[in-house]
Amino acid sequence: MAESVLDFPSLKLVPKTDAPQSAKDFKTDQEVRWCPGCGDYAILAAVQSFLPELGLARENIVFVSGIGCSSRFPYYMNTYGMHSIHGRAPAIATGLATSRQDLSVWVVTGDGDALSIGGNHLIHALRRNVNLKILLFNNRIYGLTKGQYSPTSELGKITKSTPLGSLDYPFNPVSLALGAEATFVARTIDSDRKHLTQVLRAAAEHEGTALVEIYQNCNIFNDGAWDPLKDSERRDDFTIRLEHGKPIVFGANGGKGVARMPNGTVQVVDVASVGLNNLLVHDAHADDPGVAFALSRLSDPVRLNNTAIGVFREVRRASYDTLMSEQIDSEIAKKGAGDLAALLAGNDTWAID
Amino acid sequence: MTKEIVQLDRVIIRFAGDSGDGMQLTGDRFTSSTAAFGNDLSTLPDFPAEIRAPAGTVLGVSSFQLHFADHQITTPGDAPNVLVAMNPAAMKVNLKDLPRGADLIVDSDEFTKRNLTRVGYEVNPLDDGSLNSYKVHAIQLTSLTVEALKGMDVSKKEAERAKNMFALGLLSWLYHRPTDGTVTFLKEKFGRKPEILKANLAAFEAGWSYGETTEDFSVQYEVAPAEMKTGTYRNISGNIALSYGLIAAGQQAQLPLYLGSYPITPASDILHELSKHKRFGVRTFQAEDEIAGVSAAIGASYGGAIGLTTTSGPGVALKSEAIGLAVALELPLVVVNVQRGGPSTGLPTKTEQSDLLQAMFGRNGEAPVPIIAPNSPADCFDAAIEAVRIALKYRTPVFLLSDGSLANGSEPWKIPPVADLPDLRVEFATKLNHVAADGTEEYWPYLRDPETLARPWAIPGTPGLEHRIGGIEKADGPGHISYDSDNHDRMVRLRQAKIDGIAKDIPPLAVDDPDGDARILVLGWGSTYGPTGAAVQRMRRTGAKIAHAHLRYLNPFPANTGEVLKRYDKVVLPEMNLGQLSMLLRAKFLVDIIGFNQVRGLPFKATEIVEFLEDVMKNG
Repeated sequence: MAESVLDFPSLKLVPKTDAPQSAKDFKTDQEVRWCPGCGDYAILAAVQSFLPELGLARENIVFVSGIGCSSRFPYYMNTYGMHSIHGRAPAIATGLATSRQDLSVWVVTGDGDALSIGGNHLIHALRRNVNLKILLFNNRIYGLTKGQYSPTSELGKITKSTPLGSLDYPFNPVSLALGAEATFVARTIDSDRKHLTQVLRAAAEHEGTALVEIYQNCNIFNDGAWDPLKDSERRDDFTIRLEHGKPIVFGANGGKGVARMPNGTVQVVDVASVGLNNLLVHDAHADDPGVAFALSRLSDPVRLNNTAIGVFREVRRASYDTLMSEQIDSEIAKKGAGDLAALLAGNDTWAID
Repeated sequence: MTKEIVQLDRVIIRFAGDSGDGMQLTGDRFTSSTAAFGNDLSTLPDFPAEIRAPAGTVLGVSSFQLHFADHQITTPGDAPNVLVAMNPAAMKVNLKDLPRGADLIVDSDEFTKRNLTRVGYEVNPLDDGSLNSYKVHAIQLTSLTVEALKGMDVSKKEAERAKNMFALGLLSWLYHRPTDGTVTFLKEKFGRKPEILKANLAAFEAGWSYGETTEDFSVQYEVAPAEMKTGTYRNISGNIALSYGLIAAGQQAQLPLYLGSYPITPASDILHELSKHKRFGVRTFQAEDEIAGVSAAIGASYGGAIGLTTTSGPGVALKSEAIGLAVALELPLVVVNVQRGGPSTGLPTKTEQSDLLQAMFGRNGEAPVPIIAPNSPADCFDAAIEAVRIALKYRTPVFLLSDGSLANGSEPWKIPPVADLPDLRVEFATKLNHVAADGTEEYWPYLRDPETLARPWAIPGTPGLEHRIGGIEKADGPGHISYDSDNHDRMVRLRQAKIDGIAKDIPPLAVDDPDGDARILVLGWGSTYGPTGAAVQRMRRTGAKIAHAHLRYLNPFPANTGEVLKRYDKVVLPEMNLGQLSMLLRAKFLVDIIGFNQVRGLPFKATEIVEFLEDVMKNG
């Protein structure tokens, strides 16, 4: 399309294209090498077909990844891209995004890459609010190293490295991001193309770091990890779809809801007994991340009941790159551009004639 | 009272006190006045890693040594002619370096029973005759300072803290130093605290007057300005010179600088300095850790900036994997390692040259990286520019190996005219560069320049050149993932050949051998240039024939290095490590090297090198 219908504050400095774009333009000639049936295919297709909506010059889009199955993503995107080293993609992307505001920078990472070896970079990118869109493919397993438990695997999980069961209590990536001062936190599912696309759109629009956790199926090493949220019999009962400004209702017949308790916590309730007016209205723009955090913790990490998806938090805060550029601009405005000869001379010199 | 004036050709002064006594500041001020006066000079700050170790203990002693002369000098000097000790601990720690007959100025107020006992003196050494071989000036620095500030609106503690200015005033008188610079400096520093400013100025003046009136000092010394090449000079430390070199390189390349860094001693000053110069478009990013620092720099380089990271040995250890990535990506990156004592945390504030092999080999796989080492504080400027030049031209990470003594030491620097700086501009790729078998034009990110073997640098935002790069082995040319064994073998050799080829682009190793018939070569690298050069000069004055050469490029070596080494019967190599450069030279050129190795956290003294050379000449 010639021009985006959306206003993307985070992309205001990124050149647009007049040429029509389609998903095909974002495909490369490289053979995709994920296992047949991998959830990554669905995410790749969703990203390729969503990007034309932004109407950005393709050469101004960059995908940066770490190491892991998901991190092969950049090879399949006909944009600029870097497949880097384990865990460091947010740091590399930070250097790129903070020095080039004319780029739309995306990070593709997995649960091991982002939350284990790269945990430090992830939380610091989030608190700084660098203009990055981080897609965290969470399949609760290490795939590329062939099946060890990950930081999101459930307690007691039997894997190659934990024959007697994992002793590690898992991270909840959304809770973690909210605790790390993130300004945009969302969760979606690989198999729900429509929801995935909506969330990607919101992320792209966001000024600053957007963390999108994508529940993704590894059909080889952890098949069915998210089945309760996917199969048609259970998914409506298990999934809470958050929509900003709307009361939180879910369940097969809309019979269940989420309400705020007098002690400040949130709880799943029967709509019939509490009344629609007493349900919690989702406010993604709330300054305080407390309620979003409570919503992220309604689900049980093993059973996955009451799993909230959608945009948990979306608040405005100037991005790090903007602030960094402003500092430079204001110094130059105040004192003029640097004068090398004056710098080298300093103010304490002597001359030998 | 008129005092006798004695002319000296050079003087070495050491100020020593508690970490909180302001010795570094005192030393800096004396240095600035000395520079302004026109002496050649060289300095050596030496301080503990603790910010404030327990007061009055030997652990907390901080010192600053300054060597100044009426002629060219290259080292901060071996043994001080004057030691200023602000307390018994400072005296005790530094006395072993003080030669007989030297002046020893102490604050006798601090020689209390408690302070003496704390450092193990049972009897006051000022009273028991144990200091008889020195010219002792026991001065009540503290009480004289307090007395001088009587009636001022400062607390007793604040008055006592001004005693370093009293000492500075006294030494300034003793050596005829100009005072304007110090007065201006104090006005700037304490401009917002008029009472403190008044107190410091008064203490400084009181120290000067004390020298003039007391009978304790019967002579005043003069060291005439040195003969130096014409030009404009300033005093500069290694870390500042290095920072300016980076900024200058950015200007000369017309590319933005991007520093990703994490605070670490003794490199942090480069981060501090660069963060002040946003007017030059410099972006500084204090990252969450060392790894993020170098990673952000790589990201910035990918986007067309000059990516920089500054650190010390432990930080390099953490950055190793990312530096390997930059080797594979073939992107410009400058890694500054201000070396300190190791291993592990080691000696954070002390100097060493023990990261050479880390720079050379500290990565997985065959990952060659050019290495450049500056040889003096001022030379850090030129070395930084050269590091950026090579990084940009060859699209490679480059190690710039400075060290603690260069970083904090200072010397006069002849300021180069901007017009004399090299042009570092490079071209980004903007066009397709390959025609496929079917006739379609495409972009090959790994199609190399036949001369330099550098790959093209196409930055995001360039239409039509979209491509993907990464740490996985790439096909020679198109740059796609390739696991082909022949391709890997070729790519490993190409990356090595690219770095080896830099030897054609750097000056040959120059040898200083006035008569041309020396049979012994003294070779150095990095900060040993000063003491090695001074030692060679001294040996030559006694008739010894010794050649001297200094390696600025450690990888690749200059093309003539092997030929130079083979020309001499003996090659002596002083290094502040256990023989790292010796090992490289032996392995590469099959020549023997006589290593002179010290890892004491301090630079070599010229005397030590002289003694070693004498021994080699005598005993072989």
